Amino acid sequence: MSKIPNELRYAKSHEWVRVEGDHATVGITDHAQHELTDIVFVELPQLQRIVKAGEACAVVESVKTASDIYSPVSGQIVEINSALSNDPALVNTSPFGDGWFYKIKLSDVSETEALLAPDDYLKQVGG
Amino acid sequence: MLKRTPLFEVHQKLGARLVEFGGWEMPVFYSSIIEEHRAVRNAAGIFDICHMGEVRVIGPGAVSFLNHVLTNDITKLGVGDGQYSLMCNPAGGVIDDLYVYKLGVDEFLLIINASRIAEDFAWLTQEVLGEFGSGTTLTNQSDVFGAIAIQGPTVGRFIDRCVDSFDRAPSSLIKNQITRGMFSGEMVHLARTGYTGEDGFELVGSSSIISGLWQRALEVGHTHGLKPAGLGARDTLRTEVCYPLYGHELDETKTPIEAGLGFFVSLTKGAFNGREVLANQKNVGVTQMCVAFKMVEKSPPPRPHYKVCIGGKPIGEVVSGTLSPSLNVGIGMAYVPPTVVQLGSRVEIEIRGQYFAAEIVKKPIYRKAS
Repeated sequence: MSKIPNELRYAKSHEWVRVEGDHATVGITDHAQHELTDIVFVELPQLQRIVKAGEACAVVESVKTASDIYSPVSGQIVEINSALSNDPALVNTSPFGDGWFYKIKLSDVSETEALLAPDDYLKQVGG
Repeated sequence: MLKRTPLFEVHQKLGARLVEFGGWEMPVFYSSIIEEHRAVRNAAGIFDICHMGEVRVIGPGAVSFLNHVLTNDITKLGVGDGQYSLMCNPAGGVIDDLYVYKLGVDEFLLIINASRIAEDFAWLTQEVLGEFGSGTTLTNQSDVFGAIAIQGPTVGRFIDRCVDSFDRAPSSLIKNQITRGMFSGEMVHLARTGYTGEDGFELVGSSSIISGLWQRALEVGHTHGLKPAGLGARDTLRTEVCYPLYGHELDETKTPIEAGLGFFVSLTKGAFNGREVLANQKNVGVTQMCVAFKMVEKSPPPRPHYKVCIGGKPIGEVVSGTLSPSLNVGIGMAYVPPTVVQLGSRVEIEIRGQYFAAEIVKKPIYRKAS
């Protein structure tokens, strides 16, 4: 059974968002890391990059496949998790903690209201 | 509708992730590709290979027929021996790569790729009706036979207990030899072969006993570290040791010489399908060659169809690529022109518009520390 922390918001494409004021942290869910298994490479967006909600901005690679990660929210990338470059498996072991992907300055805070609540995401993944 | 092997329910119970492969619904992994890969390199893994095809070739004409349709020299085999071989069209293109075992003086068993069963059997049937086919009978047994592979350095310690009885102890076979055993009153072929670069065996028997054999192997093998392993690990294991996979390194537009498999092409045995082209390529060289490469620095894993470049200019294409779980670096195989690339050459692999340095290395990419 995959974990779905209550304090986060979710995208249908299996990213999570932790909103703090006009900033947010983004990663992929426990369900997503479990589906991918054995994450061996994470390509993160450039710092300062402006991304739109729904835009592919990172790539996560397992042994078998490369998968695009879509930004659940719009804004500017202000920090990336450089620890993932040496230890991409952090996404497997700690998807909601040390395995975070990037921090973004939100251009439209109201966008986060359109994201899935934990219960709705749970329904989506068939919990 | 995807075909299911006799082990389908076993895979479901083990919580395997199932994928389509060659028209079959097969386990790609049970827990993790990397864990299963390491189990095979360090101890033992058991694979469902029931999707693979079996063709029986029998009769006084079988030897000359097989020497006509295959590239390797079948007369080198004694009863109980096997060899890797290729089946080519007259242009030298590879119809399939396969294992052929000599079960009796006039009796052979071919183990062929799942994705090529229909093509192979159609080709063999056409050829057996031709001038080299007299005295040869073909039987496609792919639907009645299943197979499992048990691979890894500890397998020799428990393989003899995987069956009820045997002609020769499987553990006494040398590489590529085959023997017969009995399990639940049915005959099982046990061959000391595999697709992982480790010691190991492939067991072929009636579909009805496959799940029993699987269960028995796990019972006698678990104290030797035997674990179920999926097609994901099978692919990373074979890529590390540069074994070709049909549809990647091999297809009907590529020859065994281009694939680097000239060792399995006998030019001294007389005429056979593709001989002229292959002899010419052996003498004057080829325009494309399958080489192995290793990423020089940290990079995303290389994957099939990525471009191989020099100075940003494409010169070839990756046919297999993965992160090597043993070496923890990106590895793969690619077709490139031998005129511009030699052992030790630096090339780049283009990955999502970026160029990552790779070095052309000797096959196999991974070699066991001895």
